[in-house]
Amino acid sequence: MKRFRGFVVKEFYHIFRDYRTLLILFGMPAVQLLLFGYVLTNEIKDAKIAIYDPSKDVATRKITDKILSSGYFILEKNLNSVSEIEPVFRQGEVKLALVFETGFAGKLEKTGTARIQIIGDASDPNTANMLVNYATGIITNYLVSMNAKQVPSQIIPEVRMMYNGELKGVYMFVPGLMAMLLMLISALMTSLSITREKELGTMELLLVSPLRPSQIIIGKVFPYVFLSFVDACIILGLGNAVFGVPIRGSVALLLLESFLFITMALSLGILISSMTSSQQVAMLISLVVLMLPTILLSGFIFPVENMPWILQILCYCMPPKYYITIIKSIMLQGNGIVYVWRETLILAGFTSLFLTLSIKKFNVRLA
Amino acid sequence: MTDPENIIIVKDLVKSFGSFTANDHLTFSVRRGEIFGFLGANGAGKTTTIKILCGLSYPTSGELSVAGFDIYTQREKVKRNIGYMSQRFSLYDDLTVFENIRFYGGIYGLSRKEIDARSKSLMERLGFENSRNKLIRDIPLGWKQKLAFSVAILHNPKIVFLDEPTGGVDPITRRQFWDMIYEAAHRGITVFVTTHYMDEAEYCDRVSIMVDGRIAAMDTPDNLKLQFGAPSMNDVFIKLARG
Repeated sequence: MKRFRGFVVKEFYHIFRDYRTLLILFGMPAVQLLLFGYVLTNEIKDAKIAIYDPSKDVATRKITDKILSSGYFILEKNLNSVSEIEPVFRQGEVKLALVFETGFAGKLEKTGTARIQIIGDASDPNTANMLVNYATGIITNYLVSMNAKQVPSQIIPEVRMMYNGELKGVYMFVPGLMAMLLMLISALMTSLSITREKELGTMELLLVSPLRPSQIIIGKVFPYVFLSFVDACIILGLGNAVFGVPIRGSVALLLLESFLFITMALSLGILISSMTSSQQVAMLISLVVLMLPTILLSGFIFPVENMPWILQILCYCMPPKYYITIIKSIMLQGNGIVYVWRETLILAGFTSLFLTLSIKKFNVRLA
Repeated sequence: MTDPENIIIVKDLVKSFGSFTANDHLTFSVRRGEIFGFLGANGAGKTTTIKILCGLSYPTSGELSVAGFDIYTQREKVKRNIGYMSQRFSLYDDLTVFENIRFYGGIYGLSRKEIDARSKSLMERLGFENSRNKLIRDIPLGWKQKLAFSVAILHNPKIVFLDEPTGGVDPITRRQFWDMIYEAAHRGITVFVTTHYMDEAEYCDRVSIMVDGRIAAMDTPDNLKLQFGAPSMNDVFIKLARG
């Protein structure tokens, strides 16, 4: 036990004397969270639009007012003819154009229908789609409010978004980021710290010493378990304080699940380090083999349900997917273990698989 | 296989990697307290043998006893009784001189008191008193090497294995290093050293010369020179290697 303590103390010296390690450990979570939280928002505000309104009557003016006062759009240009539409898009300033037909109010009055064309700039499909939806929504609202005086019976859907009322993107990013960063720190850092000993030749010395291989592994891994835990708390705390991401479920359960995930990632790190003895290769493997799937195939950014079946199968083999599901469920829906035991079990399965594999592989290396 | 005279006994050691045989039926023994030189060209199989003796690698076949313990079944006891220094000086660059000593002392189970006492006398002997808290990366190569050796014998092992300990250092430092080896031998530590510097072979009590995975000759340096009619160990080696 005393030997083991000395070993862990040494590991902490390594970590705290290397400012790059410290930066990755503590700078990255904070920076990433702030970046993702502020930059990657799905909401669009103040998009510039152009309007061609040959009618200029009561109805078109009211619709224009509604659109411009919504907060989503600002008027960039009033067009004088249809032929001006294409040039304003080409200049790239305008994201959306509204075209009213002539005699708009009159037609609406007489026939009950009048047409508005909404033109989006689909060179950026997501933005175009969203803006078109916003505009359509506003116009529909206007129609409903007009008809309310005339038509007695109508169905008005009342929408309520559960668990994330304002549809904040950051609610989604915090769980995803937790998975990504814990994976990165745990796997990358342990694989680097073990391969560094191999590169330096100190690993041989450790193996010659009376320390058992399992003691060496646990000693190397222990500091990172601790530090990853600190990181998890930083992300949760920042997410809560800066972005108001709630933790509705039990914090203890959340940390316990995180511990399980961290252990899984650490054993992956050991596994990587047993495959290579160079820090650079270890870094490359960690980044490419672990990070990309964590970002792309875990449901962090792209919904798994929309992927082709072959990728979906792949997604189900990704441990981060389960972890993200679990913490979303605990944080946002306030669920307890009753709702996430299945995912927890799968995650525990992954953990024991990788842990066994990595210890076996490490022992084999000695032969 | 305890033997009052021999501290390392190797019988028919074979180590092969696939079709390549690095150690081809080696049989030799090392006496208590001697400086045993394990010589050979690069790739002759020296490092393979030393790794097997230290428990870093398993032999394919053969009987081996190190410090009186069987290498297959009493590995932990073997490990407690040996010290090891590799070609690279195996100290942590980002730890200070004292922290390195404390760490290695710690993993060999020395108490805090023992570590303090031994590191104090060690630093006095090496003249390192003022460098106790310097980082390893800031001290010269020759110092690192001496420190690495001192650390390898900090726990008073019965045997110390030195794998090309003098690679890349100047002749004066090498001479000083050999003084330290003599001192260790004087304290009763058996020294098993590999090298490809033939002048160093002259300092050993006995040497074995490996060629292509086999022991081509084994005796005292003087007897070998007589036997091969060569003026120096270098000439002995060249005669053997050219076969």
